[in-house]
Amino acid sequence: MLLSQALFTGTQVNYYIVCPTKLWLFTHQLSMEASSEYVEIGKFIHEKSYSRERKDVIIDEKIGIDFIRDGDKLIICEIKKSKRIEKAHRYQLYYYLYYLRKIKGIENVEGRILYPTQREIEVIEFNEEISREIEKIMEEIRKIISLDEPPKPSRKSYCKKCAYFEFCWV
Amino acid sequence: MKKNFYILRNGKLIRKGNTIYFIYEKSEEKVFSAEIDGEEMEVETEDISDKQEYEKRVLPIEQISSLFIYGRVSLTSGVISFLSKNNIPVHFFGYYGNYESTLMPKEMLLSGEMHIKQAMHYISQDKRVFIAKRFVEGSAQNILRNLEYYQREGKDLQEEISYITNASFSIENCKDVSQLLALEGAIRSKYYSSFNKILKSFEFDERTRQPPENPLNAMISFGNSLLYATVIKQIYHTQLDQTISFLHEPSERRFSLALDISEIFKPLLVDRIIFKLVNKDIIGEDHFVKELNSCLLNNKGKEIFLREYDEKLQTTIKHRDLGRNVSYERLIYLECLKLCKHFLGIKDYKPFVIWW
Ligand code: SF4
Repeated sequence: MLLSQALFTGTQVNYYIVCPTKLWLFTHQLSMEASSEYVEIGKFIHEKSYSRERKDVIIDEKIGIDFIRDGDKLIICEIKKSKRIEKAHRYQLYYYLYYLRKIKGIENVEGRILYPTQREIEVIEFNEEISREIEKIMEEIRKIISLDEPPKPSRKSYCKKCAYFEFCWV
Repeated sequence: MKKNFYILRNGKLIRKGNTIYFIYEKSEEKVFSAEIDGEEMEVETEDISDKQEYEKRVLPIEQISSLFIYGRVSLTSGVISFLSKNNIPVHFFGYYGNYESTLMPKEMLLSGEMHIKQAMHYISQDKRVFIAKRFVEGSAQNILRNLEYYQREGKDLQEEISYITNASFSIENCKDVSQLLALEGAIRSKYYSSFNKILKSFEFDERTRQPPENPLNAMISFGNSLLYATVIKQIYHTQLDQTISFLHEPSERRFSLALDISEIFKPLLVDRIIFKLVNKDIIGEDHFVKELNSCLLNNKGKEIFLREYDEKLQTTIKHRDLGRNVSYERLIYLECLKLCKHFLGIKDYKPFVIWW
């Protein structure tokens, strides 16, 4: 159970929030371009030690996740330009927290969203309720990706920006 | 946007650091040609030649989407690895303008799942015939669009149109691939025989391949080879397996799926170019070299054809389903996506038919 949970990547959680069709296509190796983000996230998930002072991991072109050690506390930071954080990114961060806490056993970890331009820090709360929500999401992800065919696409405003746009709508 | 590059003359590609040079003898006039915004222009390349009789030009790597090599060009391994790193396929063509081979970049989109499903559609006779039918159907429909166009222009093509329309009705009755191939052959030869009515000059006679024996055959072969290479590149951008084909036998060529898909696009991307070049007197007898039993486009002729072809590829059209503009070249890619969806069981494949 725990092992298979660790197989999801942050991107999958992100895509689940965005669109189940996208989640399925991505998981079934139907990337539309050679996707470097997949590799980068895989690297993060399989990272064995967090012993260094600080690690930079690029999650995709837009999000850089920093790990900072603060005493025995580990902090995951996401740096955002504006306060408008998309839900998908927040859940991606929740998932990392879940992953580090429940699977890696690192209890002393928290998430932060930094807004350098506004000199503000938002602490991402992680609690049992969110933990249960993440577990539910993982269950959903498992169901969706084990379908034989991708879920039927449904048109949303996001589609226009999506790499699968042509695939879904041609 | 990246461009296709066509090298028509003989020379050498060499690499120094991260720059690739084309070295060639000075005597000929043209090196590269590319189409930018519908207007032909020489691509700006730095001239750093030092020897009197040779010239060196820089290949603008960031601008190249693929290289089409018609001259006799030698490449060093350094060049090959650099082109591969930059994801640039290199297509080689033979003396007759026939397709010879492609050097593919090493990065590939792979999907075990797609691979298996595509193979399953080949192995099952029913599934294979279904797809093969769609290719013949697409080809016939697009041929009809061309004929109907010239019918409206006042040519009497009624007989050919009825024949091909009837033939396309019998596609569904075909039991196997060999019947389909025979039907498709009959449609094509009827179509080619109509060229004499459509075209102002040049006699069609009969289809001759390697070598082509008259100017029309030379153009058809040249255009079909060019299209074949273009399709290979588009397939390469998807998870499809180039070697598993449906109408043609997979053993026929290394990239036999491209043969299948090409059938659908020949009327739009090759035949229409020929009609235009001939009827507008852009190409004439003096753009061909005739030898004992062969006829070839000369360099000037190739240049004219390539310019027209490149312009066609970049022509855009508003896509009905996507609601956005796509280039003709992109239509080929979309066709590949439709096949992917068919193999995955998402949506039955319907061939592209000219809708404008
Ligand atoms: S194009 Fe729209 S429906 Fe298709 S995967 Fe992207 S977001 Fe989902």
